[in-house]
Amino acid sequence: MSDTFQLDGAAVPFEPGQTVMQAALAAGHYIPHLCYHPEFKPHGSCKLCTIKVNGRTTASCTMPAEAGLSVESDIEELNALRRTLVQMLFAEGNHFCPSCEKSGNCVLQALGYDLEVHATGFRHLYPDRPIDASHPDILLDFNRCVLCELCVRASSEVDGKNVFALAGRGITKHLIVNSESGLLKDTDIALTDKAMEVCPVGVILKKRVGFSQPIGERRYDQRPISAQALDDAPRQTGTGGSCAACEDPS
Amino acid sequence: MLPDNDPRFDAPARKWMDELISRHGGDASRLLQILIEVQEHFGHIPPAVAIRLSGALDIPYARIENVASFYSFLHLNPQGEYRVLFSDNITDRMLGSETLMEQMCQLLWLQPGKVSEDGLVSIGPTSCTGMCDQGPAMLVNGRAITRLTHQRVQEIAQLIRNRTPLSDWPADFFKVDDDVRRSGLLLDNKLAYGEVLHAALAAGGQNIVDVIKASGLRGRGGAGFPTGQKWEACRNAEGNRHFVVCNADEGEPGTFKDRVLLTRQADLVFEGMTLCALAVGARKGFLYLRGEYRYLLEPLRAVLQRRRDSNLLGESILGKPGFDFDIDIHLGAGAYICGEESALIESLEGKRGVPRNRPPFPVTHGYMMQPTAVDNVETFCQAALAMHMGADKYRAIGTEKSSGSKLISVSGDCAYPGIYEYPFGVTVREILQDCGAVNTRAVQISGPSGICVGENEFNRKLGFEDLPTAGAFMVFDDSRDMFEVARNFVHFFAHESCGFCTPCRVGTSILKQTLDKIADGHGTQYDLAEVENLDRVLQTSSHCGLGRTACNPVLHTLKHFRPAYENKLKSLMFSPAFDLDGSLARARQMTGRDDAGAHLKENE
Amino acid sequence: MSKKLRVATTSLAGCFGCHMSFLDIDERLLTLLDLVEFDRSPINDIKHCGPCDIGIIEGGVCNAENVHVLHEFRKNCKILIAIGACAINGGLPAQRNHLDLGSCLTEVYLTEPGLAHGHIPNDPELPLPLDKVHPLHEVVKIDYFIPGCPPSGDAIWKFLTDLIAGKTPELGHGLIKYD
Repeated sequence: MSDTFQLDGAAVPFEPGQTVMQAALAAGHYIPHLCYHPEFKPHGSCKLCTIKVNGRTTASCTMPAEAGLSVESDIEELNALRRTLVQMLFAEGNHFCPSCEKSGNCVLQALGYDLEVHATGFRHLYPDRPIDASHPDILLDFNRCVLCELCVRASSEVDGKNVFALAGRGITKHLIVNSESGLLKDTDIALTDKAMEVCPVGVILKKRVGFSQPIGERRYDQRPISAQALDDAPRQTGTGGSCAACEDPS
Repeated sequence: MLPDNDPRFDAPARKWMDELISRHGGDASRLLQILIEVQEHFGHIPPAVAIRLSGALDIPYARIENVASFYSFLHLNPQGEYRVLFSDNITDRMLGSETLMEQMCQLLWLQPGKVSEDGLVSIGPTSCTGMCDQGPAMLVNGRAITRLTHQRVQEIAQLIRNRTPLSDWPADFFKVDDDVRRSGLLLDNKLAYGEVLHAALAAGGQNIVDVIKASGLRGRGGAGFPTGQKWEACRNAEGNRHFVVCNADEGEPGTFKDRVLLTRQADLVFEGMTLCALAVGARKGFLYLRGEYRYLLEPLRAVLQRRRDSNLLGESILGKPGFDFDIDIHLGAGAYICGEESALIESLEGKRGVPRNRPPFPVTHGYMMQPTAVDNVETFCQAALAMHMGADKYRAIGTEKSSGSKLISVSGDCAYPGIYEYPFGVTVREILQDCGAVNTRAVQISGPSGICVGENEFNRKLGFEDLPTAGAFMVFDDSRDMFEVARNFVHFFAHESCGFCTPCRVGTSILKQTLDKIADGHGTQYDLAEVENLDRVLQTSSHCGLGRTACNPVLHTLKHFRPAYENKLKSLMFSPAFDLDGSLARARQMTGRDDAGAHLKENE
Repeated sequence: MSKKLRVATTSLAGCFGCHMSFLDIDERLLTLLDLVEFDRSPINDIKHCGPCDIGIIEGGVCNAENVHVLHEFRKNCKILIAIGACAINGGLPAQRNHLDLGSCLTEVYLTEPGLAHGHIPNDPELPLPLDKVHPLHEVVKIDYFIPGCPPSGDAIWKFLTDLIAGKTPELGHGLIKYD
């Protein structure tokens, strides 16, 4: 029998080396998250998964599980915080869901739904982020980037390519691609890359396949993300192959 | 773009590049240091250089932009031949820096943040350059200039217009004073070079750890972690190589004591680092020097060389076989966040200075994921002193939980700004008296991320029990608007946020926007409530200390000086987020209309 | 029986899609009419809004007239609700926000082929466009938001009935949509 910690009053077992997030998801307890992906090393940047451990707030995706921890997650104080973080991400980029082909399959949007976020609340920053349509098969719409670095990580760690990178600092931080021209067509990206699958929002898109799923049949039309994420969770890290959390590459 | 097409990239430039890359051993972990040299040489990082570097270091091309764009002093686009940056700390502003910058822009016919059309000059603001006791200050092509006046700005504008090389400018411009006003055990020490090491070498590593632990020494960078405990953890950590890192990225606005220590006590700093190396078993050390103190690089290197020549660094130090240790100086390039130890380590490795996820901590997984002891400049000095004096004598100085002395950087509204060394436990009031401050309204302790104390708290004591401090002590008299002080700090945090985590990246930006709205006279109670909500989000969910403390200036000034905010608020509960009438200006211009219908009132 | 709630609705920089969706509550409109009466609304052609309990606005703020109407609603309505993507984040009209208004007007009225001797309309009757399109909450205080492009009739019904019942409106899975 493995050790356990308490999550919102329930005992959660964990294996050595697991984080609070990994153990919680494996045991069927959902903690909202955006930059965490079961196949990648925890990143800890979006802070949606913030929990209270023995009264102190921390990101659950990077917090090592320890026996006897007292963790709070599904409490109004933290859900209010998560709503504000989702609102901040919506205010930071240009997220125009009605015209986005990722709508219905978008993690940011699904989080907003699940947390009952009705509006951005903040003043929109409306940044100028030109799209990159240079590649014959792939479109990059930077307007929707939430800077989770999943594509950066996938391209580097799985594809061994470094197609994506971050540039700038603070609110000017943005995604760039690895070519002297700065255009995607001059990189070595391929449709079969892992980096093509992992974008939680609508930045990295395959051309000519948009809106293929009718409304009502998209990923988060059927079930809220709190239910979907649990299906994706038990996968082991680093096993490669396809992941339920990623888009079907076919 | 091919190298040959770039006029700046001719044969001598190529030769220079090859020499540069080979001097750094073609090592990608030296990327930041290489880019800093490229920036100094070319005035920016041309694409041709980026291409060459990516090939020579075997790194993705995008890595160059990835790293360079993180640091304020590195530029991917051509800047002026003369790059003028006005230090924008609140103390510089109080000394008139904004007017001086305007004056210079007028003299040289350009706008802040822009490069002049002839490519001669660019002018802009930069975060505190650590010259608060002799401001207003600026950097010209990375070189610090102090004591700006209208006269001096005029002279500088003339020198720039004449394209006079920086090396021919009056030496007086670059004079940096130590301004030591009060000294104590640290600044008065008369230790001979190597004296501490001699004694420590006989005692051995474990003994050093024991003495430092028993001395009660705590880190002087602000957080106050017990130094002996850190060294012991590093000593006991498993790893192939151990490292010692001196954090001389003195970026907290209002702090300049490390600058003075590196000027006057460089040997003691290096002695402390070598002592630490002996304690933790390190063979390699780094001093991470903030870019603003670039002018100290050559003098510090000379000190290192002298110490090598005296067998105080290098192999078999003081004749002890196996005691090998040397120190390399790395430069920063304008990123406050690199003062955070894990961000500093990332930067040392040639990457963006983004704080790491912790645990693991640097003592077990630091530089190159090896055990690393990172300490502040002053901490290394104090460690050497504690070792020399013995734990009991050292512990007798200061207070129970804060032993030893502390260097305080005093600036702002006082007659005698400069460095003051006190035993811990000194009250705010005593310092104010010593520095000749009158009619003081508030003191900002330990910089923007620290604590703002009002008049009713001047009996509070500096020390980890009460007011922990990294050393900044900015004085504001009753002529100052504390809202403007907080707004300056909020702008600072928004500029310095690394952008890694959502709350800090977006939150500091929105906070800045909201404070600007209040400053413009459009603020309402509603905005104040938003500020308080943002503060809560930043405080509870930010990745590192920057975000978690970014709201402190506002929280503290709101607590003490709420009227300074409320006086600026409209009585309304709500006011638009932007200037309604102003947003019609473009349409008025395009249509030539100016009738009543072409204007908007804020509320009807 | 208590007095009926008075409700006003309008569309600013919107497409009336939210109003169409409102009509999608179908026969429930009759139930609603037992509870509310309409002030200014496209349904009845009243030109100005009088004192109301609830104001519902679709569309963002793109010109001076939008600002006047929004102020009129805010002044007269106890509760103001922003409905739909445009009212909440500027929506489709806000897609011009990264462009300079002057360049837009120049291109549309002066430089495009076939526009010889064209001029930028300057009739005082016409409302001037703002340099950026703004969501409602950047101009006045908004009390509630119903997201969607448009929100479904069911979402609108759920939201309004919650509100009329004195509850904090909640949409929940399936009804909350941003598209």
